[in-house]
Parts: sequence; C-alpha cells; structure tokens
Amino acid sequence: MTKKYTKDHEWVRIEGDVAVVGISNFAAEQLGDVVYVELPAVGKAVKQGGDMAVVESAKAASDVYAPLSGEVVAVNDALNGNPEKVNEGAEGDGWFVKIKVANAGELDALMDEAAYAAFAKA
Amino acid sequence: MGETTGPLKKLPLDALWRVGAKKFGDFAGYDMPLEFEGLIPEHNWTRTKAGLFDVSHMGPCFFALPKGHGLVGDEAHKAVAAIIEELVPGDIQGLKPGQVRYTTLLNKDGGCLDDLMIARPAEPGAAGDLYIVVNAGTKEQDFALIAQGAGARANLVRADDRCLLALQGPSAEAVARAVISEDLGAMTFMQVKRFDMFGRLTITRSGYTGEDGYEILVRAEHATALAEALLAHADVKPIGLGARDSLRLEAGLCLYGHELDETISPIEADLAWIIQKRRRTAADFPGASRILKELADGPSRKRVGIRPLDRAPARDGVEIVVAGKSVGVVTSGGFSPILNAPISMGYVETAFAAPGTKIDLIIRGTPRVAEIVPLPFVPHRYKKG
Repeated sequence: MTKKYTKDHEWVRIEGDVAVVGISNFAAEQLGDVVYVELPAVGKAVKQGGDMAVVESAKAASDVYAPLSGEVVAVNDALNGNPEKVNEGAEGDGWFVKIKVANAGELDALMDEAAYAAFAKA
Repeated sequence: MGETTGPLKKLPLDALWRVGAKKFGDFAGYDMPLEFEGLIPEHNWTRTKAGLFDVSHMGPCFFALPKGHGLVGDEAHKAVAAIIEELVPGDIQGLKPGQVRYTTLLNKDGGCLDDLMIARPAEPGAAGDLYIVVNAGTKEQDFALIAQGAGARANLVRADDRCLLALQGPSAEAVARAVISEDLGAMTFMQVKRFDMFGRLTITRSGYTGEDGYEILVRAEHATALAEALLAHADVKPIGLGARDSLRLEAGLCLYGHELDETISPIEADLAWIIQKRRRTAADFPGASRILKELADGPSRKRVGIRPLDRAPARDGVEIVVAGKSVGVVTSGGFSPILNAPISMGYVETAFAAPGTKIDLIIRGTPRVAEIVPLPFVPHRYKKG
C-alpha cells in the first residue's frame, strides 16, 4: 500500500481499515533530535486536521495533526522510552498511532509521495 | 527584548558560518547560526572537547575616564568604577587589576535591566578603563543608560563592531595555549588580559556554558584568521545558539528576558552573591531598600531548578501549581543531554522553593509532577584560582 502525506508533514499508510500514522522523514530531519512524544490515549476520536499528538525536539514543541478522522486503536508505546526512534525511522519504527479509518474518502485530500516530495522541497 | 525593525544584521564572520551551519535565525536583530551538526551533538562536544561560539551580537564596550584624567593605578580605577557603581550593586571599585565581575544593571525599584560583565584591565596603562559586556537584546538601552549616567565624567566607546568569540569546554585551555598564547594557561576564572596577537585581543576566562573557557574580543579584520586557527584544532567545532541555550540551562545560568527582567531583583534571582559587603553596608545602589529588605527577610519568590519526573519538557510560560493553586511559572526549559532528561528553571513562591518540594507543571492543560532541585543541574568546571 502506498503512503500519503499531509501538508503538515504527517504520513499515513492504509492497512485494511486501519491507518498507520507518523511524521515524515523530512519533518523529523527539520525538527532535529526528538526528545519526547506525547501520544493520544487509545480510544480517542480524532478529526482530520485536528490535534492528535505533540512532538518535542531539543528546541521546541510541535503539534502533530490527524491526517484522517477516526478512532485511535493503537499507539507506539516504544516512543515513550525511545523517542529517538522518530529520528532513526520516522516513516518506519517511529510511527505514532494507528487510526481506525472513519471515512476512506478523506484520503483523496492527501498528497502522494511524488507530490509530497515536491511540496517538501519547495 | 530585542525589538528591532529592518533587515537582520549580519555577523562579521557570517560567510564563515554559512559553510557549516544548517540553520540560521533572528536573535536580537542578528542573523545568527542556530545549529551546525545538531543541538545534542554540539552540546555534548562542548562538554567533552571545545566549542567555538560567535557571540558578536552581544554588547562589548570600554568605559573610560576622559583623556588626560591624570590619575593612575587604583585611584584611576576607583574613579571610573564609582561612576558605574551608581547603576549596579557589585563592588566594582574593589576589583583587582585583571579581575572580572558579573553584576546587574538595576532600575530604581531594584529590578534588573540587564546582567553584564565588568572587568578591570590587567595592564597598568589602562587604569581608569573598564571593559564591559552587556546582552545583545538590551545593548542599545544599556549603552544609553551608562553613557547618560556618566555624563562628562567618563566615555563609553562601543566595541560591538568587533567580534566576540567564546571558546568553551575542557579542551579550551589546551587549544587557546596552542593557538593564541601559552600565557592563557596562567589565567583563572573571571580574569581578563590583553594579548597582542591577531591584532589585539581582550580575553576573559569566562563563559556561558558552565565549562572552563575564554571569551575573546577581536577586531573584525582579524576575526576570520583567529576563528579559522581555532577551528583548525582537532578538538574544536563551531557551536550554534541552540546548544548555547541548552548548555547555559544545564549550568543554571540566567538568560535575560527569561530568568531576569525589570521586575525581578537579584535576590529573587538567587544572585545575592553578586552584592558584595561594601555595597550592602553603603546601601548606595538603585533599589537598595527593596533589595536589602529581601536580603534580610527573604524574597517573596525565588528562582529554582526544576526536574520534571516524566519525559515531557516544560518550557517558558508553563504554570507551576501546588495543590491546585498557582505558585509560579517556568522561565526556561528544555532537554538536558547530559542528564538525558527534561530540565527547567522558573520562579516559585518562596514557601515552595526548597529542593525536594513536589510541584505540578501544567503542560498543555495536564498537570505533570516535578521536583524542585538545586542549581546547577550539571556541575560547573571553572578553573578557579
């Protein structure tokens, strides 16, 4: 399954009816060393473009928005003790949450990899 | 602070930093290198080797009796020191040749207008001069205040067209001895000396990291050669403003505009040590009545170190609560690479300032447990005399 991206630098990968979500490699590089990730509670309902998590780098806190609406069904607990996983693999082991997708149509509003690469470079 | 309009000012060494810096940003109207390799690696490098910081945005100046003053030695020094003492609570008259003192400019209410370094030159020929370094964001008003206070009795000559480079870390002495002069080894913490190298250098053994090191004033036309010579040493890397902040935070040092402002007294800031006995007895500095009262009775609020007990950093502006009641605010906070944990400084009501006191930090609406701890977070490693 291909990945899609938001203009706020989140990525999403669809696995069945669940979306795996994180921040892009580009965003992680821009943030620098990630020292803390505040994840939502499992069960929380999130709305596309709404607050979902907070990522703290050595220098600042940044909001992370939900790329799709739905219910948080899992969070990456490994980030609690090892926030550096975000820098090591933002689009792999550094994923943030899994969302049970409420409306797959919302995916259409997101960018594909090529479009995001061009967006991030601009 | 640092209200500026118009284009950002460039550092004289801008071209040198453009080569290695990943990020630049505005600080006090200057386009400053914020990050080279990354905040944490730069921070750790400074704690283990030596970091080179360009702090030419700051406000160095010389404050001197008018030419032909006819005074020599201690007499000349005391004359110029008495003028600056009208604005600060430190014993400047009592400085020995070659000694530096940290102090604060005070308003009439005893609040801090800035924190600064005042040095008495070591050279007998410079008796009657002071070397002063103030903060970047406050330098215009500081220079005006000092010059105005002096009137015709002394002249302030700005030196902020020169470069100020800080070399900080356990390797700083070895590097400085190899690159500048063997004599730098004989200086101790808070001493100043002039060196006729790279034009002329005014060097203090001081810094803003908690490490041993030097701050070097160099004329702009010689600054590239000096910076390149220092950077050529295997133990030296350039360090950005980002790591400068995390280093000073670990060292428990105040940042003007955060731990100090015009409402905060030196006593509240836990800087009672900057007011020497002669000045306490004379009570002759601005705001003396408030400051001496706080010295005697204790201040109502106090600067403290804070260790969050979980991993969430608590940054400037985070409210501090005890049993549901607001008792203070965080003034600086971030992540300590050395402790591998978040750290903060802030102000709390004195009743809650004792180390070990448990407090709540309200981070994004959620209370998180933290503890008051002694400062500094990481021990200073100054080369004391």
